[in-house]
Amino acid sequence: MVAINIETEDGQKEALRRMLTIRAFDTKAGELFGDGELPGFVHLYIGEEAVGVGACAALEEDDYITSTHRGHGHCIAKGLDLERMMAELYGKANGYCNGKGGSMHIADVDAGMLGANGIVGAGPPLATGAALTSQVKGEDTVALAFFGDGAVAQGQIHEAINLAATWNLPAVFLVENNQFGEGTPVEKQHNLQNLSETAEAYNIPGFTVDGMDVTAVFEAVKEARKRAVDREGPTFIEADTYRYRGHFEGDQQPYRTDEDIDLWKENDAIESFKERLIDAGTITESEFEEMEADISAQVEEAAKNAKEADYPDPNEAYDDMFNATVPEIDGFAQQMRTDGGEDR
Amino acid sequence: MSTESAPSSGPSQTEEMTVREAIRLAMREELDRDDDVFVIGEDVGEFGGVFEVTSGLVDEYGEDRIRDTPISEAGFMGAAVGAAATGTRPVVEIMFADFLGVCSEQIINQMAKNRYMFGGKTEMPVTVRTTEGGGMGAASQHSGTLHTWFAHFPGIIAVAPGTPRAAKGLLKSAIRSDDPVFVFENKAMYEQTGEVPLDEDYTIPLGTAKVEREGDDVTVVATQRLVGESLDLADELAGETSVEVIDLRSLYPLDTDTLVESVNKTGRLVIADESPLSYGTHAEVATRVMENAFFSLDAPIQRVGVADVHIPFSPALEEEVLPDADDVKAAIDRIV
Repeated sequence: MVAINIETEDGQKEALRRMLTIRAFDTKAGELFGDGELPGFVHLYIGEEAVGVGACAALEEDDYITSTHRGHGHCIAKGLDLERMMAELYGKANGYCNGKGGSMHIADVDAGMLGANGIVGAGPPLATGAALTSQVKGEDTVALAFFGDGAVAQGQIHEAINLAATWNLPAVFLVENNQFGEGTPVEKQHNLQNLSETAEAYNIPGFTVDGMDVTAVFEAVKEARKRAVDREGPTFIEADTYRYRGHFEGDQQPYRTDEDIDLWKENDAIESFKERLIDAGTITESEFEEMEADISAQVEEAAKNAKEADYPDPNEAYDDMFNATVPEIDGFAQQMRTDGGEDR
Repeated sequence: MSTESAPSSGPSQTEEMTVREAIRLAMREELDRDDDVFVIGEDVGEFGGVFEVTSGLVDEYGEDRIRDTPISEAGFMGAAVGAAATGTRPVVEIMFADFLGVCSEQIINQMAKNRYMFGGKTEMPVTVRTTEGGGMGAASQHSGTLHTWFAHFPGIIAVAPGTPRAAKGLLKSAIRSDDPVFVFENKAMYEQTGEVPLDEDYTIPLGTAKVEREGDDVTVVATQRLVGESLDLADELAGETSVEVIDLRSLYPLDTDTLVESVNKTGRLVIADESPLSYGTHAEVATRVMENAFFSLDAPIQRVGVADVHIPFSPALEEEVLPDADDVKAAIDRIV
């Protein structure tokens, strides 16, 4: 469930479904965190759903994405499984990373999801690398890097874009401008009117789209993807969006008011897309409610199952460091065991 | 040096060549063997690398596989990590180990943690070649020996060849490994010559040390340039003191068994490694031996390394801080 054609009615309904799923999943994750159910930190994607869904809808199944610490939405948009995601948030054995990654590090390389990332700006070089693989192997896959407005101040993203532009790699750089780098407004971080002006320095196309409009994001990424596979090089897209929740759950948000948030909610991505689809007769109100109820049930089920799932065996803390090609030399090499071992 | 066109050479066939040639031969063989292997770094193409290690490769394999980068260590190290995660096998050249700090985010948080953090579902077949060491008047930012940093950091395999043969065998194993492997080449060794197996399948298992010369009175565990110097010293001392010389070769994993076996025989240990003494390679080797062969020790373990200073410019100062055979001899004299 990756590429969808938003130009068709089924595609539009699927896009709406994915956005609703992200919101339901992250709403539930926020509740669970607030209830003390989840360890660690949780960074929610609520408000930004149109960006992840619009972008991934325009990608093919074999394409790659890199993500941020706000990655749940990207995972769902790329088609990852809710049960295994929720289990990972709980640190359970059946999670995507067997409980070793948690909320900030969900990955599924087979699905083209190269990993959420706890380091701001670290993803774009990885996407450049995935695009390099595509070029070296002569494949038609594309790599898209999601990153935040805060990352635009990081040196490594500029190195990554410069490499991709210089080598004409099939990459798409998509900055989700949610208006804040952690707790600091974007205008205090960059001397730019639009972050997409960054593209000028690398002589690649750059433009800003309405990140609250799933169709606009879809169209932009579709065009960028076409350029990439046509060997015309990378594209830089800025999607203007807004996160409704704090940087992390529990953030007191002294940097903005409820009124600021309400202003953006008037243009909510899910509400406005739903209204468009109802006006066009693509979906009825009751079909929408049915969809919402169905998603809610799936998320509740995933949360319930995750809560009941087993934690990993503590000995698994020593697994997965290396591939088994390293010979076992001595006791220290226990750390290199990948076979689940019996004598620890 | 003929290689890719040579009919399969028997395992016993060797040829005398320099460390530089041995490394180039290893890369050429692996580039021939596997289309997914590519070389990436600053000036590795037409320029041939500042130490001429990749010289000529771009003519044979083209710019796609011998890929010149901008001066952009964080960018291309990150790209190598992303490329490795998606099915290729990059061999990254970092011109001087001192520059590893520039791209340490991509090494520490991405490359080294990828497999573990994602529950063992990813592979990270990336090789990083870099140069270490002083002796060229290159001053502090181009002379450091940093391998302890990376040998210390979980998720990275770190090797440091002490002979031309080891340079070839270890690099080939590194390129074939599905884990991140750092190969620390001592730049003062590039001209050092020795017999190197021509067998295209000659590899050295990562995590193994090698007894280069057997002896009875004292074990010298050395790395890189100090292996050769210690072997020459052992020749000099023959008849007077019987010195066993081990090329440590692999910093992580560490071949404790070989070290312990040697110390059980000799009862004395000198550790010679051109890196700062505190908290480093010497300390790890000493601890492993203490843990496993304490009662075989007849004398205190001796460390030969760099005092905790940076490498200075002036020849008079540089010579003072760099360890050499005289320092190894002094260490032996203290305990034998």
